[in-house]
Amino acid sequence: MSQFVRRQGWVSGLIVLFVLLLVVTRLIQPGYGAGDFGSLMRAALPYAFAVAAQTTVVLAGGIDLSVAAMMALTSVAAASMMNGASEEFAALVVPFVLLIGLTLGALNGVLIVVTRVPDIVVTLATLFVLQGAALLVLEAPGGAAAEWLKALIVGTVPIPGMPDAVSAWMPKALFLLLISLLVVWVPLQRSRLGLSIYAIGSSELAAFRSGVPVAWVRIAAYAGSGLFAAMGGLTLTMSTGIGAPIPGPYLLASVAAVVLGGVTLGGGRGGLLGPIVAVFVLRLVRTDLTLLAVDPNVTSIIEGVIMVVVVMLGAFIAMKGRPA
Amino acid sequence: MSDIAAAAAKVPLGRRIRRFMSDRPLVPLVILLILLVLLLQILRPGIVNERWIANTVKFAIPLAILAGCQTMTMLTGGIDLSVSTVATMAAFIMASQAVEHHAAVAIAIALMPALLIGLANGIGVGVFRVHPLIMTLGTSLIGTGCLQVYQRTVIASGTRIPDFLTWLGTGLTFGFPNALALFIPLAALIVFTLHRTGFGRLLYAVGDNEKATRLSGVRYWQVIIALYVVSALLAGIAGLLYVGLIKAPSSLSLAEPLLLPSVAAAVVGGTSIFGGRGGYTGTIVGALILTVLTTLLTILQMPEGSRRILFGLIVLAVTAAYLRIVEDR
Repeated sequence: MSQFVRRQGWVSGLIVLFVLLLVVTRLIQPGYGAGDFGSLMRAALPYAFAVAAQTTVVLAGGIDLSVAAMMALTSVAAASMMNGASEEFAALVVPFVLLIGLTLGALNGVLIVVTRVPDIVVTLATLFVLQGAALLVLEAPGGAAAEWLKALIVGTVPIPGMPDAVSAWMPKALFLLLISLLVVWVPLQRSRLGLSIYAIGSSELAAFRSGVPVAWVRIAAYAGSGLFAAMGGLTLTMSTGIGAPIPGPYLLASVAAVVLGGVTLGGGRGGLLGPIVAVFVLRLVRTDLTLLAVDPNVTSIIEGVIMVVVVMLGAFIAMKGRPA
Repeated sequence: MSDIAAAAAKVPLGRRIRRFMSDRPLVPLVILLILLVLLLQILRPGIVNERWIANTVKFAIPLAILAGCQTMTMLTGGIDLSVSTVATMAAFIMASQAVEHHAAVAIAIALMPALLIGLANGIGVGVFRVHPLIMTLGTSLIGTGCLQVYQRTVIASGTRIPDFLTWLGTGLTFGFPNALALFIPLAALIVFTLHRTGFGRLLYAVGDNEKATRLSGVRYWQVIIALYVVSALLAGIAGLLYVGLIKAPSSLSLAEPLLLPSVAAAVVGGTSIFGGRGGYTGTIVGALILTVLTTLLTILQMPEGSRRILFGLIVLAVTAAYLRIVEDR
């Protein structure tokens, strides 16, 4: 029970931090409004999915180094399939790409279970493989995206009966993120499988002895990670209109946000909400620094320092909280 | 006596070979290396000559040093993902400082950031107990940012690589790469430290059972800080050597391509990523294997994409096979 309170406390602390940052942003740039909030959400979208992918595996006690490469591969796959194709065809591409992600993710899990090689090494190896595959699909950034897909994350969602001033703060990108995450995550967490993921994350041996099919659950967790990464890849293509075979900085960002979001590396503790809020916090910090006209290179230094300090504090608190 | 002999003879041959290999984990690695070289020779008859060997060794040495950082950190159950950034920083800062200062001064200045990053890593991992993967990724991000800012302040002054680094990186003496003059003592020192000194044993002990080690009076944080500082300094040295070899001092992603291979070399060489098991000799062979493999894939004229795919699959296959052999007791 106390663990539950502490976890929710962490998440609500993050939300408070996010709101505070929004206020700070308004102070720095009085003109900061709904439109800027929308572009913040759009920029955070791939990061959010990368974090969701990482969270799924970390909860199960693993780690997935291939998240960014998976996003690159699914992004180029989508972009090259939609290149020159009709708008309707894109409706087929989306489920197909999601299926690729799911399958490749599951393959990660199968490799870990069958070869018994540590997950870090296996996903490091698949990182190479997926990067290579992405380069084979598209050698240089290119491809195209269907117009309706691109429109999915631009603009706001009109809510009936709400004044425009309120609905202007509901960007479609945020809506898309929430729906995609809810559709996958809520049924998962409510199911036996979700519980099993937490179980093998907190103690593999105990889970095994209470009859949890550890191998299958691990494969399922990696499959879920692949699915989220594929969604991330799709949003990359949606927001840029092309696919790029070189993975972005999503691996580091995903691990950082997972830790900042209150998920213990090693597994079994935390949820999805914390990491997602953490992504928004990290993105907003970047926006603020840009608004303050800080040199972009200095920005990345500050971002790194914040990340390291937060992670250090988190680890320190976790150490104090542990019974000695 | 005859009973024992008879019992030994009854064990199937395959099992005996495996047992032999698990007792001497270097043997299968060396066999693999020889097989790869043979394959290369079959595919391109005549390629394997003195010059080729010297070249391979030359390119394997910076990788082997970086993989040494990984080996030592992995022995404690850690990993150091900041090595490539540290190496690049050392190389770039040395090359830009060498324009105005004497080479020795430039090298001393260049190793300062390595020292700082190593110290930060050590404090984060040892005192605050941050997961090494995160800590080193974070410091490498910070390091890259600092390097970019630094680059703008010195872009006008240009870069220069001191002659003796070029000599060390690319030169040959009697057919032997000069880099060996640096590497052999270095490798001997690492092997000696790991196997014959208290510090080395502490690394194994911490990786094997951290709690027991702490309870027996070891100051965990001191060991870890020393370890990450040493690792960063080694990475800095590798960067200096690498820039002498590649001669592209203005590149800000100089050693970046070596990061994942350095992890792979240590893993292929039989060091357990969970700590407590492994050694540097295996890692050296691992670095050689990876270098030969890269040549092999280049010679087969594969597109970059399939080369990476094969590279990944081979790393996975070798690690899996190796685990089977070593754990089958």
